[in-house]
Amino acid sequence: MSQAELTAGPAVRAPRRLWALGILRSELTTTFRRWRTVALLGVLAAVPVLIGIAVRIETGDGSEGGPGGGGGGPAFLSQVTNNGLFLVFAALSATLPVFLPMAVGVIAGDSVAGEASGGTLRYLLVAPAGRTRLLLAKYASVLVFCLVATLVVAVSALAAGALLFPVGEVTTISGTRIGFGEGLLRAGLIAVAVAVSLVGFAALGLFISTLTDSGIAAMAATVGVLITAQILDTMPQLDGIHPYLFPHYWLSFTDLLRDPVYWDEMVRNLGLQAVYAAVFGSAAWARFTTKDISV
Amino acid sequence: MTDTVAATAERETGPGPGTVIETRGLTKRYRGGQLAVDGLDLAVPAGSVFGFLGPNGSGKTTTIRMLMGLIAPTSGTAHVLGRPVPTAARTVLPQVGALIEGPALYGFLTGRANLVRFDSADPTADPRTRRARVESALDRVGLAGAAGKKAKAYSLGMKQRLGLAAALLQPRSLLVLDEPTNGLDPQGMREIRSLVRELAAEGTTVFLSSHLLDEIEQVCTHAAVMARGRLVVQGPVSALAAGARGRLTVTTPDPGEAARVLAAHGATGLVTDGDRVSAEAPPGEVELADLNAALVRGGVRVRAFGVERASLEDAFVALTGEGFDVTG
Repeated sequence: MSQAELTAGPAVRAPRRLWALGILRSELTTTFRRWRTVALLGVLAAVPVLIGIAVRIETGDGSEGGPGGGGGGPAFLSQVTNNGLFLVFAALSATLPVFLPMAVGVIAGDSVAGEASGGTLRYLLVAPAGRTRLLLAKYASVLVFCLVATLVVAVSALAAGALLFPVGEVTTISGTRIGFGEGLLRAGLIAVAVAVSLVGFAALGLFISTLTDSGIAAMAATVGVLITAQILDTMPQLDGIHPYLFPHYWLSFTDLLRDPVYWDEMVRNLGLQAVYAAVFGSAAWARFTTKDISV
Repeated sequence: MTDTVAATAERETGPGPGTVIETRGLTKRYRGGQLAVDGLDLAVPAGSVFGFLGPNGSGKTTTIRMLMGLIAPTSGTAHVLGRPVPTAARTVLPQVGALIEGPALYGFLTGRANLVRFDSADPTADPRTRRARVESALDRVGLAGAAGKKAKAYSLGMKQRLGLAAALLQPRSLLVLDEPTNGLDPQGMREIRSLVRELAAEGTTVFLSSHLLDEIEQVCTHAAVMARGRLVVQGPVSALAAGARGRLTVTTPDPGEAARVLAAHGATGLVTDGDRVSAEAPPGEVELADLNAALVRGGVRVRAFGVERASLEDAFVALTGEGFDVTG
């Protein structure tokens, strides 16, 4: 048998042009079919419901809650009783600092390291998934999780808000009033802005995930970095580094509730997330494509 | 003697056309400085069932991982199906089915969903035929009945079968099977062995690592033996087994006298154990009957006289120095 015959072997199809889609679909179904993912989303869905019920129980303390408490998150709480739509804003403000990124940290941290510790990584690579292609699919599915997680919070908040409270015109932080439809649109935009806020952190988690062969260690380290960044962001002595910390502009989404919308901070957030995604995405790629897979 | 076998094997299977796996000075030194594989020159002929033998820690799995592009060699080259790895791994690996260091599955997915997952990872796999290929792979390893069960509920043997099914999702030119009968009951082992023979008959080259020597002897046409990161010998199984010379054994009530006579006739490696005296089988030109006659002439009362044929196991033990020392 000659070399040519050997290499010809069974007919090998040329990879399809949409070469990434098959594995992306597989990544998504694998991620979302896990009990753990469903549990995380369940917890996220429960948070707005709990906030809504708590506010409903506390309804006794008046319903004035003047507009614009300075753009801070919990300020929205006082408006929830007037308009259930505000539960969306309140719930996103409450989950963005901790719950949402923690869930993303679990999924991103586990993405590569979890496959390594389970041993399935070696079988994906000899399939052959291709290291760059697999990493891209992993990152894409983490980003989809960011969006889904945010939407779960928003939709659950909208449903709970509409059930527990009246809905109607929205008073913006600037004091003007906009229609319910417009308010709904802004809520949707806010959900997207929140999801985009997590893009940089997701890349960081992916990078950490390529450093170790233990899924648990990667998840813990990713969440540890999140908490550290959050603490650093609250220390006035470290003012100089604050603009470079990935959570620094996270609450900028409240600017979407101004009239007219104030874009500066949101654009800065977008830029910062892009830089984080580029830096840690490249680092993850450099690490993963040269790594010895010995587990 | 073993060196001659290696040299002959090298000439017969040597590098060039007809070689499915070929390595040149393949070396892997881990970061800690530990030398896992040391200057490996391996040549696996096309169409062979190639047994890859060696005690634990001898570098077999590291070699397989280098061949599959999972780890980068420190130096040396490796070619699989005529293409260099890891450089051309993406074009080579779709034609290679592999079972490496036991199966690894997603416990929360069913057996069937596990195969779909691994198949989706291969960009050359046609999604339109995926269902059918998954079912036929399940069928082939006898898992069709349990395909709907979650993989975490599988026994080790079932996991092993599912791992094999993943290696058989597409027609392959080369199958790399690392300890494929691990965890299987005797019936399962027999099934896997006949599956390997079937695949080989279809023209697939099978590269099989195993500790079970009788398995290698039963299934393999060629074999290589590794010890401490180095290739000790490689070649056709028949040549390897022949390479380990048998033992000439004399059972007699006069062992001392027998040993003296045998030594006088040039026998080496004499071992006396009770009424048994054994020595390395003499070279082919010595007529054994003459040796027996010499014993009798020397006044040795011979109860039994004969050469115990060497098995591959003897060859293995002699080559790797594992276990007791055959040469006494």
